Amino acid sequence: MSGSMEFLLWTKGPMFDIALAIFAIGLFARLAEIFLLGRKPNYAEPRAGEWLPGLRTVFTRTIADPGTFQRASFNVVVGWVWHIGFLIALLLFVPHAELIKGLFGIAWPALPNPVVDLVTAITLIALVATLVHRLTHPVKQRISTIEDYLVWTVVFLVVLTGYLAYHRLVNPYPVALGMHILMAEILLIILPFTKLTHIFTTFIARWYNGAAFGRKGVQS
Amino acid sequence: MPVRKTPDKTLGESLRDHGLSRRGFLKFCAATASMMALPPSMVPVIAAALDAARRPSVIWLSFQECTGCTESLTRSHAPTLEDLILNIISLDYHHTLQAAAGEAAEEARLQAMEDNKGEYLVIVDGSIPGPDSNPGFSTVAGQSNYDILMETVEHAAAVIAVGTCAAFGGLPQANPNPTGARSVMDLVKDKPVINVSGCPPIPMVITGVLTHYLTFGRLPELDAYHRPLAFFGQSIHDRCYRRPFYDRGLFAESFDDEGAKLGWCLYRLGCKGPSTYNACATMKWNDGTSWPIESGHPCLGCSEPSFWDAGGFYEPLSVPITATSGAILAAGALGAVVGGAATVLAKKETKTIVAHRQPVTVEELEDKL
Repeated sequence: MSGSMEFLLWTKGPMFDIALAIFAIGLFARLAEIFLLGRKPNYAEPRAGEWLPGLRTVFTRTIADPGTFQRASFNVVVGWVWHIGFLIALLLFVPHAELIKGLFGIAWPALPNPVVDLVTAITLIALVATLVHRLTHPVKQRISTIEDYLVWTVVFLVVLTGYLAYHRLVNPYPVALGMHILMAEILLIILPFTKLTHIFTTFIARWYNGAAFGRKGVQS
Repeated sequence: MPVRKTPDKTLGESLRDHGLSRRGFLKFCAATASMMALPPSMVPVIAAALDAARRPSVIWLSFQECTGCTESLTRSHAPTLEDLILNIISLDYHHTLQAAAGEAAEEARLQAMEDNKGEYLVIVDGSIPGPDSNPGFSTVAGQSNYDILMETVEHAAAVIAVGTCAAFGGLPQANPNPTGARSVMDLVKDKPVINVSGCPPIPMVITGVLTHYLTFGRLPELDAYHRPLAFFGQSIHDRCYRRPFYDRGLFAESFDDEGAKLGWCLYRLGCKGPSTYNACATMKWNDGTSWPIESGHPCLGCSEPSFWDAGGFYEPLSVPITATSGAILAAGALGAVVGGAATVLAKKETKTIVAHRQPVTVEELEDKL
């Protein structure tokens, strides 16, 4: 890696392969373990079905219940803003859509760049707000671990380097793009081994909750 | 070709002998100044310096190359001022252009080196099989490219690597690099090396470098890849006339769709303009007629290192080079096996614990207390 272009090609070549392999092995290992271990057998007679309430809960838990919203409105609103912003930037930015198309052959329409740019700026501001909140809120401050700060840093740097690369604020450009790709690779690598796994396990947990409540015949 | 010393005529005299008017000469000086981002006040300085400059002795070495660079520089369109400048510099040795052959040609090179020791410029096009490669991969008069290069640059004032092969290894160095091809700057460490990359490079850039050398007596400011900043300081993307379409998110998605016809951005068709530094977008080709993107083709990134190994020419810049969905699935399957094994171990451990469980009675606990 003697120069900026070699750095970019390393992040697009061998490093991408390594990151993707660690991500796929780690994620599938964790998911396989979760599914194969399953839950303890429940010998009580079911009062209703599991599937429908389980699936319904996967979606309904997306909206916080009124109580949660009143207790932690900042968490709900800012959490929503940056999660949606992150997803829009990840899935609907033209270069990202092209990457997914190039890797998996699946394509979908993307948003115009200025729209993604605005969304990314809002996401960055929201992420900074979450950090300030975490550092100043007396309860959050005490329950935060090193992992929380690590995950925040990686997610923030992925978005920030993407924003810098898009606006070409770092020269030469291959360094800017390479940094963004490298940060995304670090995110992929730590994803299966940190709380970032919630990207996938959230939906499994919701299904288990909904199914358990459904079996008991109560609302979830 | 007769062996000659650095000619006594100045550059200005030679240009006038070739019928160049004062007006034409000053126009060239003004164009050069603006091209190299020099203030207009430098035009008379350049004119005076060029007028009085002795023509430098230039030895042009061609190694593993396709002669496209020479073609670009000498036959871009006829006859150019750049061509003229090139022709009237004291080009003492050039395989393609010299009339001499065999012993006489090699003698001309050695004589020019002797006569202009420490002052001559060496221009190299083509990559060089490195010192560890089979010397027979590329030879001139039975001498390996590596030996000729090292012998010739020993007493040179500076080396100009013309074209991506000389600057970065180019096509010969592309994976699997069968000849162990290296760039000039990989091998020449004790002389100033300027890279004029491109496949081929823009003709004006090499005359710009020569003009700068003749005017200021030193080489121009270079970037991290030893390329003259005046020409390689900005990316194709930043100077591209299609950039507004990128900014607005309007892309051609195939070579014959409506977007392509309307001249929209070629990013999705594989344009490497965002990561490529060159002057094509501003200087254009063929006397300013057009350039690849203007004619509807994405930039290949030919002035950058490893451009042959940087992924498909028609794959967008964001697409990874080697990863495939098959490899990801294989890694996922391996992960599932690992997860399955972990599950089996966990269940086995639970069973063992259950089997060996020794219930503690209340009485036993009370006894311990």
